[in-house]
Amino acid sequence: MEIKWYIGLAVALFCTGVVGVLTRRNSIIIFMCIELMLNAVNLLLVAFSKMHAASPVAQALPNVASDAQLFVFFIMVVAAAEVSVGLAIIVMMYRNIHSVDINFLNRLKN
Amino acid sequence: MTFDLIMSNVLQLVWLIPALPLIGFLLNGLGRKMLSKTMAGIVGSGTVLLAFLVSLYVFFQVKGGNSHVAHYFNFINIEGLKIGFDFQVDPLSSIFLLIITGVGFLIHVYSTSYMHEEDPKDFAKYFAYLNLFVFSMLLLVMGANYVIMFIGWEGVGLCSYLLIGYWFKNTNYNNAAKKAFIMNRIGDLGFLLAVFWLISKTGSADYHEVFANLSKLTTRDITGITLLLFVGATGKSAQIPLYTWLPDAMAGPTPVSALIHAATMVTAGIYMIARSNVLYTMAPATQTVVAVVGLATAILAATIALKQNDIKKVLAYSTVSQLGYMFLGLGVGAFTGAVFHVMTHAFFKALLFLGAGSVIHAMGGEQDIRNMGGLKKHMRITHITFLLACFAIAGMPPFSGFFSKDEILAAAYEKNPVLWGIGVAGAMMTAFYMFRLYAMTFLGNFRGTHEQEHHLHESPAAMTMPLIVLAILSVIGGFIGIPEVFMHGGHRLEEFLAPVFAQSNALIKEHHALSHSQEYMLMGISVAAALAALAFAWNKFSKYRKSDKEEAGLGKVLENKWYVDELYDSIIVKPVLAIGKYFNNVVEKRGIDGFVNGVGRAVNYGSRQIRLLQSGQVGAYVLMMVLGILVFFIVQLFL
Repeated sequence: MEIKWYIGLAVALFCTGVVGVLTRRNSIIIFMCIELMLNAVNLLLVAFSKMHAASPVAQALPNVASDAQLFVFFIMVVAAAEVSVGLAIIVMMYRNIHSVDINFLNRLKN
Repeated sequence: MTFDLIMSNVLQLVWLIPALPLIGFLLNGLGRKMLSKTMAGIVGSGTVLLAFLVSLYVFFQVKGGNSHVAHYFNFINIEGLKIGFDFQVDPLSSIFLLIITGVGFLIHVYSTSYMHEEDPKDFAKYFAYLNLFVFSMLLLVMGANYVIMFIGWEGVGLCSYLLIGYWFKNTNYNNAAKKAFIMNRIGDLGFLLAVFWLISKTGSADYHEVFANLSKLTTRDITGITLLLFVGATGKSAQIPLYTWLPDAMAGPTPVSALIHAATMVTAGIYMIARSNVLYTMAPATQTVVAVVGLATAILAATIALKQNDIKKVLAYSTVSQLGYMFLGLGVGAFTGAVFHVMTHAFFKALLFLGAGSVIHAMGGEQDIRNMGGLKKHMRITHITFLLACFAIAGMPPFSGFFSKDEILAAAYEKNPVLWGIGVAGAMMTAFYMFRLYAMTFLGNFRGTHEQEHHLHESPAAMTMPLIVLAILSVIGGFIGIPEVFMHGGHRLEEFLAPVFAQSNALIKEHHALSHSQEYMLMGISVAAALAALAFAWNKFSKYRKSDKEEAGLGKVLENKWYVDELYDSIIVKPVLAIGKYFNNVVEKRGIDGFVNGVGRAVNYGSRQIRLLQSGQVGAYVLMMVLGILVFFIVQLFL
């Protein structure tokens, strides 16, 4: 498959994420949209990796084909950890203001 | 060989002359809190006396017409211009050295008694200033180039300021001091420009080099330089249009008026022009200006002096008038005559001021001659010496003023009889106002209060001794310049000064000397005129009675000094103040302050607007972030 299809999908996912972050007020949905953007980038990384691995220059060198795929797994692990922190924050927020609407959260104090 | 040895001795000693008063200044100035009055007086007078003795020695060494330059160090040493800290001793400067240190010493002695009521601290301060003045004045006349002269020139101006404002707690005195300083600064600017001009054209400020390289100067240069130098002289020597500071300078203690504003500092302009005599001889146009300004000043000041009632003011205007005569002499090429008049004037005018000081002292500070009268009985020495000085200044033969003034008038006649005629009219007025002053002060009945009459006394010896010495000099001082017509080879001063003016004399092509009969006639007329004025004044004012009648007409104009001060006030001072006010209120407050405050206000306003972006809405922040990223993308991809 050509690289442009991957790029197109990644851009579509990313834009969906951006629009979601900008338009939604529910913090859980915003959080999900952020994850969407993260995964769009991840997808792009793997796609490019695959593309470059096919080039003759890369084949002469060791590990080039697999490096980016390892990175992606690594990013997924970190993202999972980050999700737990983010969800914890949202839980704390709900406990404090009894809502997950971010527009209530517009000042530093109180 | 021995001659060389003597000469080198002179060179070694010359630096002592200004150094001694400088030491006196440092001792009195730094130790003013420790020195007793006696010590301060001894240090002040002693250093000047020593300087006088060295000057006397130097005088006898240069008598043959020698001129010496002593080089000490380079004051300015840059590519293409070298100005040394050099002293020059020649007949002209040695005459001035003697006047400055000699008369200066007498006035220092006089001051020890006159200023005796001051605090010890102020007393030492006064002597420190006087010594600093003597030092600066010596620097002025001893410098071998215009730059050193300028240092002294500024130094005397500073000391004059300090001493006029000696009683600085009085605002009027302070204003007088400021006026003197500012008016002198106007003249100094002219002097400075002239020196720059000279250096740019001849590449040197040394007298010797400048006068040897006159071919480098065009006529326009010389005329410009001499005119600018003359502007400097009008400031320092109180000539039209910068003379009004001198009468106000009488705010200072009387010995200061005698030393600075009569005998020495105000003659600095005459010294400078006499020193630059070659330049002036080569610029006839400037000479005419000098002669006309000098004569106009002489007449204007004399008319004002006719109606003044303050004893010191009369003497001040008389000084301005006599300085005018000296400039007339310089303008008609009688350089010797001008220097001669400087010398005799130093004697009799210092004597008059010191005599006036003695009178003021006896009257307990009273200066108005309408409240005096009949002091003859109470103050014998002051009276006699004052009378002799009056005869001298009025130009009565054989007193000193006769010879010097007559020489100037004779030279003026040679140039143009009109100058002479006006000069004689001025001399008549001189005789009139001096004897009006004399008669109102010493003759008739006492017109002051009883308290004052009871207090009248002759001054102590420290004050009368200088009076006596100066009186002797005023009487016999003229004999060193007896004109040819009375005694062949009698004009010793001319002979003495001849080397200094040799270059100028060579330039003057034709010289029609007056015949002896003409000279007798001129002298006869001027003496007769002065005598008539003298007798008239004596007769009129010896029986003066106080009256409340106010002056009217011309008398009132004269009493108000031709309203020159008011004129200057309205055409210069007030417009300048108005401009200052405009700059303060409009340019400063609206322009500069407005700009500075505007910057502050703009930042304040801008930040208040930008603060609205910080709404605390997370969505808004994210939106901005996204927009920012989009901008980066657009910039990256399309630009």
